[in-house]
Amino acid sequence: MSIFARGAFVMVISAVSAGTAGAADLTIGLGGAVSAMDPHYHNVATNNMVNRHIFGRLVDQDAKQTLMPDLAESWKAIDDTTWEFKLRRGVKFHDGSDFDAKDVVATLKRIPSVVNAPSSFRIFTGQITETVVVDSHTIRLKTATPFPLMPVFMAGFAIISDEFETATTDDFNSGKAAIGTGAYKLKQYVRGDRIELTRYDGYAGTKPAWENVTIKQVTNPAARVAALLSGDVQIIDQVPTADLERLKKDKKIGVSSVVSNRVIYLSMDTNRDQSPFVTAKDGKPLAKNPLKDVRVRKAMSMAINRPAIVDRVMEKQAIPAAQFLPETFFGTSKNLKVEKFDAEGARKLLAEAGYKDGFAITLHSPNDRYPNDEKIAQAVAQMLSRIGIQTKVEAIPFATYSPRATKLEFSFMLWGWGSGTGEVSSPLRSLVATYDREKGNGPSNRGRYSNPKVDELLATALRTVDDAARAKLLAEASEAAIFDVAVIPLHYNINNWATRAGFSYEPRTDESTLAMGVKAAKR
Amino acid sequence: MTVFLIRRLMQAVVVLFAMSLIVFVGVYAIGNPIDILISPEADQLERERAIHALGLDLPLWEQYFVFLQRALTGDLGRSFAFGAPALQIIVERMPATLELAVAAMGISILVGIPLGMWAGFRPESFGGRAIMAGSILGFSLPTFWVGLMLIMVFAVHLGWLPSTGRGETVEVLGLQLSIFTWNGWTHLLLPAFNLALFKMALVIRLTRAGMRENLLMDYVKFARAKGLSPGRVIFVHVLKNIMIPVVTILGLELGSVIAFAVVTETIFSWPGMGKLIIDSINQLDRPVIVAYLLITVSMFIFINFVVDILYSVLDPRVRLKEMKS
Repeated sequence: MSIFARGAFVMVISAVSAGTAGAADLTIGLGGAVSAMDPHYHNVATNNMVNRHIFGRLVDQDAKQTLMPDLAESWKAIDDTTWEFKLRRGVKFHDGSDFDAKDVVATLKRIPSVVNAPSSFRIFTGQITETVVVDSHTIRLKTATPFPLMPVFMAGFAIISDEFETATTDDFNSGKAAIGTGAYKLKQYVRGDRIELTRYDGYAGTKPAWENVTIKQVTNPAARVAALLSGDVQIIDQVPTADLERLKKDKKIGVSSVVSNRVIYLSMDTNRDQSPFVTAKDGKPLAKNPLKDVRVRKAMSMAINRPAIVDRVMEKQAIPAAQFLPETFFGTSKNLKVEKFDAEGARKLLAEAGYKDGFAITLHSPNDRYPNDEKIAQAVAQMLSRIGIQTKVEAIPFATYSPRATKLEFSFMLWGWGSGTGEVSSPLRSLVATYDREKGNGPSNRGRYSNPKVDELLATALRTVDDAARAKLLAEASEAAIFDVAVIPLHYNINNWATRAGFSYEPRTDESTLAMGVKAAKR
Repeated sequence: MTVFLIRRLMQAVVVLFAMSLIVFVGVYAIGNPIDILISPEADQLERERAIHALGLDLPLWEQYFVFLQRALTGDLGRSFAFGAPALQIIVERMPATLELAVAAMGISILVGIPLGMWAGFRPESFGGRAIMAGSILGFSLPTFWVGLMLIMVFAVHLGWLPSTGRGETVEVLGLQLSIFTWNGWTHLLLPAFNLALFKMALVIRLTRAGMRENLLMDYVKFARAKGLSPGRVIFVHVLKNIMIPVVTILGLELGSVIAFAVVTETIFSWPGMGKLIIDSINQLDRPVIVAYLLITVSMFIFINFVVDILYSVLDPRVRLKEMKS
């Protein structure tokens, strides 16, 4: 073949491959499932992630979940119970209408009124007792009690145009009402399959690199990796840990990782005198529940070799955890260190608590929820058995696990917690605050842990508007809870994304996959 | 014929009723879907509100009664997860699955019957033996593995075909179909072949067995003695006779391909009904599960009915009114 012919051949090939996917197009392989295009219907990570392409929020979160101005230019607390948000001028919705205070009012009205919402966004707006429109671009939100988390909560939901205040979920799914201020316009939503987006040229922020974006739902992990390898998609999230090493070696693939806001932890029944799955080794009931003794809990924590779990079970896709969130997040403590593995010390402590011969316990775990959840539980069980706590693992699907745990049927459980707010009050309030239905405290406190000192510090923190003072209080509350072994933190997951060569992704702690964060990498 | 029809219809109603009750109680026993649907950050009051909104706070019998009442008016409830009518969600997914099922059936018939006939006609030849050996592979290899291998070979290494999803669709008679676009076919080929593999093996074996049995029968000898061409003997007389078991099995298999193509649809991210039922089970989305199984049962009843009619066409000795069930 002459050089000329070869050159022509190469040109034809590259023309063909360019033709299949335009230079400015992007296809994302998404591990999660999306249930609706209505941004106020289902508060779940995948839905929120997709609607961030289409809708703006008052406050945005960057890749590390630090608050950023979006539709609100600035915000401040003007007194203890009033927050003022200055809205950005010159922002236009996809249909050309102007954004102003009335759209915020309409959004706040619509959120509690969405019918059949399986997970309402009211949790972000319920604290607002009054909305005052000062002028077209200034809005004040009043609360009954001081509410320092207001800006954080305003990052939780999308702002819609007031034209669609009464629109139904179907109107959003069909695209009729899916008119936002975001970087992308909704072209088509095919339920259970894909979402097609086109770039919005009037977007107020940084123009994203991709003109057409397709978000494909590829929930099977092996299929997701195959789709990436074959070039059907350019980026995938939730990369299976088993494939990671191979993908890293592949020159056609790039991997980006960041530690996530999700902690994997063990929760114990520290409340009941007789716990259903804690017995003596011969199966007879114990005089009292050993998990109520802090020494026993401490011994259990010491018996767990976290680096080994991270190395072997998680294949290094995790970081040993000392508290509820990695240290870089707001309100974490600098004094808490990862519990050192010390089987001998654990045995001594256990003997001191009066359990020289140990006892028997069942560790319940989901087997389809968190990366390697069942294997982690198995590893923990072996480590505890070594110090004399005979541990049996029962791993069941999350659909059965979660309702049973909520009914307090278990004694010892494996759970994960991702902090959507990106600060420590979220896990403290949900996981270790004393269960209180009226105050909304401890909804996920399934061991019914209770510690007045933690409650007190947390309550004060949640009233403290000054950021520095609140961070200190939250750190102290974390310390109080961890010193008392309210839960046993194991590790923080690492989030991974894999991209084709020529693409790069800025990894996000909140596990979101956003087309805006995908860049054309320099080769 | 009319008696046959009425009897069938009455049976269908009883089966549907029993089915809905079993599924309803079964899903209720597994757990509360709200635990899966609701954001973990939601507080207790919000949880109670969501439970009430979905009607999950009522006692089981009352929930079932409400369901029955609505079902009689054709409303099978709204999906907990999607918020849309369950029936609508399933119907939306149906064209994708039907396409896949028909393509898979087509492949298994077009490939399976000729191969089976050859293997039955020349059982001792190399070709006949090779076909039979191949059909064992079709039976024994797990669909899951074959699917991934197909993707690895044809999508990842050769890059000939796409690995996931459905191709471009065009609207035909109100349905979104992808079999009328080239892009659609490239997406359809791998999953359809994967799904067809097992049926193909089944068809080959059935056809071969029928072929060998029939070739020894008197009517074949008679036809030959009468001086009919070998082609006419085999393709008209023998073929007709071996089709009865093949049609029975294909009918049942068509039902299962449509209803339970779960593995293939999951691996290839094919947005069909099989993937829907798996997702719904994982989320305990009861309205969708119940509606889905009711539709599936209706479909099986209908297919069995068609198969019975086909019998009477293929074999005039079979009389419909004599059929008891």
